[in-house]
Amino acid sequence: MGELLTPSQTVGPYFSMRLPWDQGPYVVPAGTPGAITIIGRLLDGAGDPIPDGLIETWQASPEGRFAHPDDPRGPVPDGDKAFRGFGRAPTGHDGSFKIVTLKPGALPAGDGQVEAPHIDVSVFSRGMLDRSVTRIYFPDEPEANAADPVLAQVPDERLVTLIAVPAGDGLLRFDIHMQGPAETVFFDL
Amino acid sequence: MTVSQHRLVMPHAPGELILPTYAKPEPGNHPPLDFPPYKSTGLRHPTKALVLLPHRLTEVTGPLLGDDLITMQDADLTTGHAGEPQGQRIIVFGQVRDSGGKPVPDTLIEIWQTNAAGRYRHSREHHPAPLDPNFDGVGRAITDQGGRYRFITIQPGSYPWGNHYNAWRPAHIHFSLFGRAFTQRLVTQMYFPGDPLLPLDPIYNSVPDEKARQRMIAAFSIEDTQPEWALAYRFDIVLRGREASIFEDEGHDH
Repeated sequence: MGELLTPSQTVGPYFSMRLPWDQGPYVVPAGTPGAITIIGRLLDGAGDPIPDGLIETWQASPEGRFAHPDDPRGPVPDGDKAFRGFGRAPTGHDGSFKIVTLKPGALPAGDGQVEAPHIDVSVFSRGMLDRSVTRIYFPDEPEANAADPVLAQVPDERLVTLIAVPAGDGLLRFDIHMQGPAETVFFDL
Repeated sequence: MTVSQHRLVMPHAPGELILPTYAKPEPGNHPPLDFPPYKSTGLRHPTKALVLLPHRLTEVTGPLLGDDLITMQDADLTTGHAGEPQGQRIIVFGQVRDSGGKPVPDTLIEIWQTNAAGRYRHSREHHPAPLDPNFDGVGRAITDQGGRYRFITIQPGSYPWGNHYNAWRPAHIHFSLFGRAFTQRLVTQMYFPGDPLLPLDPIYNSVPDEKARQRMIAAFSIEDTQPEWALAYRFDIVLRGREASIFEDEGHDH
Protein backbone atom coordinates (compact mmCIF):
# COMPACT_ATOMS: atom_id res chain seq x y z
CA MET A 1 0.00 0.00 0.00
CA GLY A 2 1.23 3.44 -0.92
CA GLU A 3 1.11 6.32 1.49
CA LEU A 4 1.69 6.52 5.22
CA LEU A 5 -0.97 8.02 7.44
CA THR A 6 -1.12 11.42 9.06
CA PRO A 7 -0.83 10.75 12.82
CA SER A 8 -3.62 11.41 15.29
CA GLN A 9 -3.33 14.19 17.88
CA THR A 10 -5.54 15.27 20.76
CA VAL A 11 -8.49 17.57 20.14
CA GLY A 12 -7.18 19.61 23.08
CA PRO A 13 -9.30 21.53 25.55
CA TYR A 14 -11.32 23.75 23.27
CA PHE A 15 -12.75 21.46 20.61
CA SER A 16 -15.94 20.67 22.45
CA MET A 17 -16.75 24.34 22.85
CA ARG A 18 -15.83 25.53 19.40
CA LEU A 19 -17.09 22.89 17.03
CA PRO A 20 -20.49 21.68 18.11
CA TRP A 21 -23.18 22.84 15.74
CA ASP A 22 -26.74 23.72 16.61
CA GLN A 23 -28.35 20.42 15.72
CA GLY A 24 -25.37 18.31 16.81
CA PRO A 25 -27.02 16.22 19.52
CA TYR A 26 -30.20 15.90 17.44
CA VAL A 27 -29.78 13.10 14.94
CA VAL A 28 -33.50 13.65 14.50
CA PRO A 29 -35.42 16.75 15.61
CA ALA A 30 -36.83 16.71 19.14
CA GLY A 31 -40.38 15.42 19.11
CA THR A 32 -39.85 13.05 16.17
CA PRO A 33 -42.23 10.11 16.64
CA GLY A 34 -40.32 7.17 18.12
CA ALA A 35 -37.32 9.28 19.09
CA ILE A 36 -35.13 8.04 21.92
CA THR A 37 -32.84 10.16 24.05
CA ILE A 38 -29.55 8.66 25.12
CA ILE A 39 -28.04 10.37 28.14
CA GLY A 40 -24.79 9.57 29.82
CA ARG A 41 -21.67 10.82 31.52
CA LEU A 42 -18.07 10.64 30.41
CA LEU A 43 -15.89 9.78 33.42
CA ASP A 44 -12.14 9.49 33.95
CA GLY A 45 -10.15 6.93 35.91
CA ALA A 46 -10.80 8.72 39.21
CA GLY A 47 -14.54 8.66 38.53
CA ASP A 48 -14.48 12.40 37.89
CA PRO A 49 -16.44 13.93 35.03
CA ILE A 50 -14.61 14.83 31.82
CA PRO A 51 -16.09 18.27 31.10
CA ASP A 52 -14.24 18.96 27.86
CA GLY A 53 -15.12 15.83 25.91
CA LEU A 54 -16.94 15.32 22.68
CA ILE A 55 -19.12 12.34 21.79
CA GLU A 56 -19.88 11.46 18.17
CA THR A 57 -22.36 8.82 17.08
CA TRP A 58 -22.91 7.05 13.75
CA GLN A 59 -25.65 4.55 13.07
CA ALA A 60 -28.06 2.94 10.64
CA SER A 61 -31.64 4.07 10.17
CA PRO A 62 -34.49 2.20 11.88
CA GLU A 63 -34.71 0.15 8.68
CA GLY A 64 -31.05 -0.81 9.02
CA ARG A 65 -29.90 1.27 6.08
CA PHE A 66 -27.23 3.91 5.46
CA ALA A 67 -27.61 6.83 3.08
CA HIS A 68 -24.08 6.12 1.86
CA PRO A 69 -22.69 4.91 -1.47
CA ASP A 70 -20.57 2.23 0.21
CA ASP A 71 -23.58 0.38 1.53
CA PRO A 72 -23.51 -2.46 -1.03
CA ARG A 73 -27.25 -3.02 -0.65
CA GLY A 74 -27.86 0.01 -2.82
CA PRO A 75 -29.41 3.43 -2.44
CA VAL A 76 -31.80 4.27 0.36
CA PRO A 77 -35.39 4.69 -0.91
CA ASP A 78 -35.78 8.25 0.39
CA GLY A 79 -32.33 9.36 -0.70
CA ASP A 80 -29.45 10.96 1.12
CA LYS A 81 -31.49 13.22 3.34
CA ALA A 82 -33.69 10.47 4.72
CA PHE A 83 -31.70 9.92 7.90
CA ARG A 84 -28.44 11.68 8.68
CA GLY A 85 -27.34 9.08 11.22
CA PHE A 86 -24.71 11.33 12.78
CA GLY A 87 -24.74 12.98 16.20
CA ARG A 88 -22.21 15.17 17.98
CA ALA A 89 -22.55 16.24 21.59
CA PRO A 90 -20.12 18.11 23.85
CA THR A 91 -19.93 16.99 27.47
CA GLY A 92 -21.09 19.42 30.15
CA HIS A 93 -19.37 20.50 33.36
CA ASP A 94 -20.60 17.28 34.96
CA GLY A 95 -19.41 15.15 32.04
CA SER A 96 -22.95 14.68 30.79
CA PHE A 97 -24.01 14.37 27.17
CA LYS A 98 -27.25 13.76 25.28
CA ILE A 99 -28.06 12.33 21.87
CA VAL A 100 -31.60 12.33 20.43
CA THR A 101 -32.05 9.73 17.72
CA LEU A 102 -34.06 6.79 16.42
CA LYS A 103 -33.20 3.25 17.35
CA PRO A 104 -31.25 1.68 14.46
CA GLY A 105 -32.27 -1.56 12.82
CA ALA A 106 -30.31 -4.81 12.84
CA LEU A 107 -27.69 -5.27 10.11
CA PRO A 108 -26.47 -8.19 8.04
CA ALA A 109 -22.93 -9.03 9.12
CA GLY A 110 -22.07 -11.36 6.25
CA ASP A 111 -21.59 -15.11 6.67
CA GLY A 112 -25.28 -15.34 7.54
CA GLN A 113 -24.83 -13.56 10.86
CA VAL A 114 -26.78 -10.53 12.01
CA GLU A 115 -25.48 -7.60 14.00
CA ALA A 116 -27.84 -6.46 16.75
CA PRO A 117 -28.99 -2.83 16.61
CA HIS A 118 -26.05 -0.67 17.65
CA ILE A 119 -24.59 2.83 17.47
CA ASP A 120 -20.87 3.37 16.87
CA VAL A 121 -19.40 5.99 19.23
CA SER A 122 -16.18 8.03 19.04
CA VAL A 123 -14.93 9.66 22.25
CA PHE A 124 -12.61 12.67 22.10
CA SER A 125 -11.15 14.94 24.76
CA ARG A 126 -8.09 16.72 26.00
CA GLY A 127 -5.72 14.01 27.26
CA MET A 128 -6.80 11.59 24.54
CA LEU A 129 -4.17 11.39 21.81
CA ASP A 130 -6.53 9.38 19.61
CA ARG A 131 -10.25 8.79 19.75
CA SER A 132 -11.62 5.85 21.70
CA VAL A 133 -14.32 3.83 19.93
CA THR A 134 -17.17 2.02 21.61
CA ARG A 135 -20.70 0.86 20.73
CA ILE A 136 -24.11 1.39 22.28
CA TYR A 137 -26.37 -1.69 22.26
CA PHE A 138 -30.00 -1.81 23.36
CA PRO A 139 -31.48 -3.42 26.48
CA ASP A 140 -34.68 -4.54 24.74
CA GLU A 141 -32.78 -6.79 22.31
CA PRO A 142 -31.54 -9.69 24.48
CA GLU A 143 -31.82 -12.29 21.72
CA ALA A 144 -30.22 -10.14 19.04
CA ASN A 145 -27.46 -9.12 21.45
CA ALA A 146 -26.81 -12.77 22.29
CA ALA A 147 -26.32 -13.52 18.58
CA ASP A 148 -24.24 -10.43 17.81
CA PRO A 149 -20.80 -11.34 16.42
CA VAL A 150 -19.07 -8.32 17.98
CA LEU A 151 -20.51 -8.86 21.46
CA ALA A 152 -19.47 -12.51 21.12
CA GLN A 153 -15.83 -11.35 21.31
CA VAL A 154 -16.40 -9.38 24.53
CA PRO A 155 -15.69 -11.05 27.90
CA ASP A 156 -19.03 -11.86 29.55
CA GLU A 157 -18.40 -9.78 32.65
CA ARG A 158 -17.80 -6.68 30.53
CA LEU A 159 -20.86 -6.98 28.25
CA VAL A 160 -22.86 -4.82 30.63
CA THR A 161 -20.71 -1.80 29.75
CA LEU A 162 -21.96 -1.85 26.14
CA ILE A 163 -25.69 -2.13 26.77
CA ALA A 164 -27.64 1.02 27.52
CA VAL A 165 -29.84 1.05 30.63
CA PRO A 166 -33.54 2.02 30.53
CA ALA A 167 -33.93 5.38 32.28
CA GLY A 168 -37.58 6.26 31.74
CA ASP A 169 -39.97 6.78 28.86
CA GLY A 170 -37.93 7.06 25.67
CA LEU A 171 -34.79 7.52 27.74
CA LEU A 172 -31.66 5.37 27.86
CA ARG A 173 -28.52 5.83 29.93
CA PHE A 174 -25.05 5.03 28.57
CA ASP A 175 -22.20 6.10 30.83
CA ILE A 176 -18.67 5.93 29.45
CA HIS A 177 -15.96 5.00 31.95
CA MET A 178 -12.46 5.47 30.54
CA GLN A 179 -10.98 3.36 33.36
CA GLY A 180 -11.87 1.68 36.64
CA PRO A 181 -13.82 -1.45 37.54
CA ALA A 182 -16.62 -0.46 35.17
CA GLU A 183 -14.26 0.52 32.32
CA THR A 184 -16.26 0.60 29.11
CA VAL A 185 -15.26 -1.84 26.39
CA PHE A 186 -13.35 0.05 23.69
CA PHE A 187 -12.63 -1.33 20.27
CA ASP A 188 -9.58 -1.70 18.08
CA LEU A 189 -10.88 -0.43 14.78
CA MET B 1 -1.71 -5.62 1.25
CA THR B 2 -4.06 -8.45 2.09
CA VAL B 3 -5.83 -10.52 -0.51
CA SER B 4 -8.11 -13.10 0.96
CA GLN B 5 -7.55 -16.58 -0.44
CA HIS B 6 -11.15 -17.29 0.40
CA ARG B 7 -12.22 -14.50 -1.89
CA LEU B 8 -9.96 -15.71 -4.65
CA VAL B 9 -11.50 -19.14 -4.92
CA MET B 10 -15.08 -18.82 -3.68
CA PRO B 11 -17.71 -17.50 -6.04
CA HIS B 12 -20.14 -15.10 -4.43
CA ALA B 13 -23.71 -16.01 -3.84
CA PRO B 14 -26.12 -13.39 -5.16
CA GLY B 15 -26.75 -10.81 -2.49
CA GLU B 16 -23.73 -11.75 -0.45
CA LEU B 17 -22.33 -8.80 1.45
CA ILE B 18 -18.88 -7.85 0.18
CA LEU B 19 -17.36 -5.10 2.29
CA PRO B 20 -13.98 -3.39 2.15
CA THR B 21 -11.52 -3.54 5.01
CA TYR B 22 -9.52 -0.45 5.88
CA ALA B 23 -5.78 -0.87 6.33
CA LYS B 24 -4.32 -0.74 9.83
CA PRO B 25 -1.85 2.01 10.67
CA GLU B 26 1.84 1.07 10.64
CA PRO B 27 3.32 0.59 14.13
CA GLY B 28 4.50 3.93 15.54
CA ASN B 29 2.25 5.97 13.26
CA HIS B 30 -0.25 7.01 15.93
CA PRO B 31 0.48 8.00 19.53
CA PRO B 32 -0.13 5.56 22.36
CA LEU B 33 -3.23 6.42 24.39
CA ASP B 34 -1.14 6.32 27.58
CA PHE B 35 1.78 8.74 27.27
CA PRO B 36 3.07 9.87 30.71
CA PRO B 37 4.94 12.96 29.44
CA TYR B 38 1.47 14.29 28.47
CA LYS B 39 0.02 14.13 31.96
CA SER B 40 -3.65 14.35 31.09
CA THR B 41 -3.50 10.97 29.37
CA GLY B 42 -3.07 9.32 32.79
CA LEU B 43 -6.72 9.06 33.80
CA ARG B 44 -8.19 9.27 30.30
CA HIS B 45 -6.82 6.25 28.45
CA PRO B 46 -8.40 2.80 28.32
CA THR B 47 -6.43 0.35 30.47
CA LYS B 48 -8.04 -2.92 29.39
CA ALA B 49 -7.31 -4.73 26.14
CA LEU B 50 -9.19 -3.33 23.16
CA VAL B 51 -11.62 -5.71 21.43
CA LEU B 52 -11.19 -6.14 17.69
CA LEU B 53 -14.00 -4.52 15.71
CA PRO B 54 -14.20 -5.99 12.19
CA HIS B 55 -15.20 -3.54 9.50
CA ARG B 56 -18.84 -4.11 8.70
CA LEU B 57 -21.65 -1.87 7.47
CA THR B 58 -21.48 0.71 10.27
CA GLU B 59 -17.70 1.00 9.98
CA VAL B 60 -17.36 1.20 6.18
CA THR B 61 -19.96 3.95 5.97
CA GLY B 62 -19.81 7.30 7.72
CA PRO B 63 -21.40 10.72 7.94
CA LEU B 64 -21.29 12.61 4.66
CA LEU B 65 -21.57 16.09 6.07
CA GLY B 66 -21.17 19.35 4.40
CA ASP B 67 -23.13 21.24 1.89
CA ASP B 68 -25.95 22.13 4.27
CA LEU B 69 -23.55 23.03 7.08
CA ILE B 70 -21.03 25.37 5.56
CA THR B 71 -20.62 28.29 3.24
CA MET B 72 -17.64 29.30 1.12
CA GLN B 73 -16.89 32.01 3.67
CA ASP B 74 -16.26 29.40 6.37
CA ALA B 75 -12.88 28.67 4.75
CA ASP B 76 -11.74 32.27 5.21
CA LEU B 77 -11.09 32.91 8.91
CA THR B 78 -10.02 36.51 8.24
CA THR B 79 -13.44 37.78 7.15
CA GLY B 80 -16.86 38.02 8.72
CA HIS B 81 -15.97 40.65 11.30
CA ALA B 82 -15.87 44.44 11.38
CA GLY B 83 -12.17 44.46 10.59
CA GLU B 84 -9.27 42.21 9.72
CA PRO B 85 -7.58 40.13 12.42
CA GLN B 86 -4.12 40.97 13.72
CA GLY B 87 -1.25 38.80 12.59
CA GLN B 88 0.50 37.33 9.59
CA ARG B 89 -2.03 36.31 6.93
CA ILE B 90 -1.45 32.77 5.66
CA ILE B 91 -2.97 30.37 3.15
CA VAL B 92 -3.17 26.77 4.33
CA PHE B 93 -3.95 24.34 1.54
CA GLY B 94 -3.44 20.73 0.60
CA GLN B 95 -4.94 17.49 -0.53
CA VAL B 96 -6.69 14.77 1.43
CA ARG B 97 -5.79 11.29 0.17
CA ASP B 98 -6.19 7.77 1.45
CA SER B 99 -3.30 5.39 2.02
CA GLY B 100 -3.90 3.96 -1.45
CA GLY B 101 -3.09 7.38 -2.89
CA LYS B 102 -6.68 8.16 -3.92
CA PRO B 103 -7.99 11.69 -3.32
CA VAL B 104 -10.83 11.89 -0.78
CA PRO B 105 -13.48 14.20 -2.27
CA ASP B 106 -16.47 15.90 -0.64
CA THR B 107 -15.26 15.47 2.90
CA LEU B 108 -15.68 17.98 5.70
CA ILE B 109 -12.55 19.53 7.23
CA GLU B 110 -12.89 21.56 10.41
CA ILE B 111 -10.02 23.63 11.79
CA TRP B 112 -9.55 25.65 14.95
CA GLN B 113 -6.61 27.63 16.29
CA THR B 114 -5.42 30.46 18.52
CA ASN B 115 -5.18 34.05 17.40
CA ALA B 116 -1.86 35.69 16.59
CA ALA B 117 -1.15 36.26 20.29
CA GLY B 118 -1.62 32.60 21.15
CA ARG B 119 -5.07 32.91 22.67
CA TYR B 120 -8.17 30.83 21.99
CA ARG B 121 -11.50 32.58 22.06
CA HIS B 122 -12.86 30.66 24.98
CA SER B 123 -14.21 31.37 28.43
CA ARG B 124 -11.94 28.81 30.13
CA GLU B 125 -8.82 30.27 28.55
CA HIS B 126 -6.66 32.07 31.11
CA HIS B 127 -3.55 32.86 29.05
CA PRO B 128 -2.96 36.60 29.64
CA ALA B 129 -2.75 37.46 25.95
CA PRO B 130 -5.18 39.74 24.14
CA LEU B 131 -8.30 38.53 22.42
CA ASP B 132 -8.82 39.73 18.86
CA PRO B 133 -12.36 40.96 18.21
CA ASN B 134 -11.85 40.18 14.53
CA PHE B 135 -10.84 36.55 14.90
CA ASP B 136 -12.84 33.52 16.03
CA GLY B 137 -10.27 30.93 14.97
CA VAL B 138 -12.72 28.37 13.56
CA GLY B 139 -13.06 27.31 9.92
CA ARG B 140 -14.72 24.68 7.76
CA ALA B 141 -14.23 23.51 4.21
CA ILE B 142 -15.27 20.64 1.97
CA THR B 143 -12.67 18.97 -0.23
CA ASP B 144 -13.23 19.29 -3.97
CA GLN B 145 -13.32 16.43 -6.46
CA GLY B 146 -9.52 16.19 -6.30
CA GLY B 147 -9.53 16.03 -2.50
CA ARG B 148 -8.15 19.57 -2.31
CA TYR B 149 -8.92 22.22 0.29
CA ARG B 150 -7.80 25.79 1.01
CA PHE B 151 -8.13 28.01 4.07
CA ILE B 152 -7.17 31.62 4.59
CA THR B 153 -6.25 32.42 8.16
CA ILE B 154 -3.51 34.02 10.26
CA GLN B 155 -0.38 32.51 11.78
CA PRO B 156 -1.39 31.14 15.20
CA GLY B 157 0.75 31.92 18.25
CA SER B 158 2.36 29.72 20.87
CA TYR B 159 0.87 29.57 24.33
CA PRO B 160 1.85 28.29 27.77
CA TRP B 161 0.10 25.30 29.32
CA GLY B 162 0.25 23.57 32.65
CA ASN B 163 1.67 20.19 31.67
CA HIS B 164 5.11 20.88 33.17
CA TYR B 165 7.30 23.83 34.21
CA ASN B 166 7.64 26.39 31.40
CA ALA B 167 5.60 24.30 28.99
CA TRP B 168 4.64 26.00 25.71
CA ARG B 169 2.73 24.51 22.80
CA PRO B 170 4.32 24.99 19.39
CA ALA B 171 2.12 26.99 17.03
CA HIS B 172 -0.45 24.65 15.50
CA ILE B 173 -3.77 24.43 13.74
CA HIS B 174 -6.16 21.66 14.79
CA PHE B 175 -7.67 19.63 11.95
CA SER B 176 -10.71 17.34 12.13
CA LEU B 177 -11.61 15.11 9.17
CA PHE B 178 -14.36 12.59 8.52
CA GLY B 179 -13.24 10.94 5.31
CA ARG B 180 -15.90 8.72 3.74
CA ALA B 181 -16.09 6.00 6.39
CA PHE B 182 -16.22 5.71 10.19
CA THR B 183 -12.81 4.02 10.01
CA GLN B 184 -11.27 7.13 8.41
CA ARG B 185 -12.15 9.68 11.11
CA LEU B 186 -9.05 11.66 12.07
CA VAL B 187 -8.27 14.54 14.40
CA THR B 188 -4.75 15.89 14.13
CA GLN B 189 -2.67 19.06 14.43
CA MET B 190 -0.69 20.88 11.76
CA TYR B 191 2.63 22.34 12.86
CA PHE B 192 4.95 24.88 11.24
CA PRO B 193 8.42 24.15 9.89
CA GLY B 194 11.35 25.26 12.02
CA ASP B 195 9.37 25.80 15.23
CA PRO B 196 11.91 25.61 18.09
CA LEU B 197 9.23 24.29 20.45
CA LEU B 198 8.63 21.08 18.49
CA PRO B 199 11.43 19.04 20.12
CA LEU B 200 10.07 20.04 23.55
CA ASP B 201 6.37 19.34 23.01
CA PRO B 202 5.02 16.10 24.52
CA ILE B 203 1.94 16.11 22.29
CA TYR B 204 3.94 16.36 19.06
CA ASN B 205 6.47 13.85 20.39
CA SER B 206 3.79 11.39 21.47
CA VAL B 207 3.95 10.00 17.93
CA PRO B 208 6.66 7.34 18.20
CA ASP B 209 7.95 7.34 14.64
CA GLU B 210 10.01 10.39 13.72
CA LYS B 211 8.98 10.33 10.06
CA ALA B 212 5.34 10.09 11.10
CA ARG B 213 5.79 13.14 13.33
CA GLN B 214 7.23 15.06 10.43
CA ARG B 215 4.09 14.32 8.40
CA MET B 216 2.31 16.75 10.74
CA ILE B 217 4.58 19.64 9.74
CA ALA B 218 3.32 21.78 6.88
CA ALA B 219 5.66 22.75 4.04
CA PHE B 220 6.21 26.41 3.27
CA SER B 221 5.47 27.07 -0.41
CA ILE B 222 6.89 30.13 -2.11
CA GLU B 223 5.13 29.07 -5.32
CA ASP B 224 1.74 29.34 -3.67
CA THR B 225 2.59 32.40 -1.60
CA GLN B 226 0.64 35.33 -2.97
CA PRO B 227 2.83 38.36 -3.62
CA GLU B 228 2.03 41.37 -1.46
CA TRP B 229 -0.64 39.39 0.38
CA ALA B 230 -0.10 36.05 2.19
CA LEU B 231 2.41 33.26 2.90
CA ALA B 232 1.33 29.75 1.89
CA TYR B 233 1.75 26.42 3.68
CA ARG B 234 0.91 23.06 2.16
CA PHE B 235 -0.48 20.36 4.44
CA ASP B 236 -1.49 17.10 2.79
CA ILE B 237 -3.44 14.66 4.95
CA VAL B 238 -3.52 10.89 4.49
CA LEU B 239 -6.44 8.86 5.88
CA ARG B 240 -6.74 5.09 6.10
CA GLY B 241 -7.46 3.49 2.74
CA ARG B 242 -9.01 0.22 1.72
CA GLU B 243 -6.94 -2.89 1.60
CA ALA B 244 -6.72 -4.12 -1.97
CA SER B 245 -9.16 -6.85 -2.92
CA ILE B 246 -9.18 -9.01 -6.00
CA PHE B 247 -12.50 -7.51 -7.03
CA GLU B 248 -11.24 -3.98 -7.07
CA ASP B 249 -8.23 -5.15 -9.05
CA GLU B 250 -10.60 -6.62 -11.63
CA GLY B 251 -12.55 -3.42 -11.77
CA HIS B 252 -15.70 -4.77 -10.15
CA ASP B 253 -17.79 -2.04 -8.67
CA HIS B 254 -19.14 -2.82 -5.24
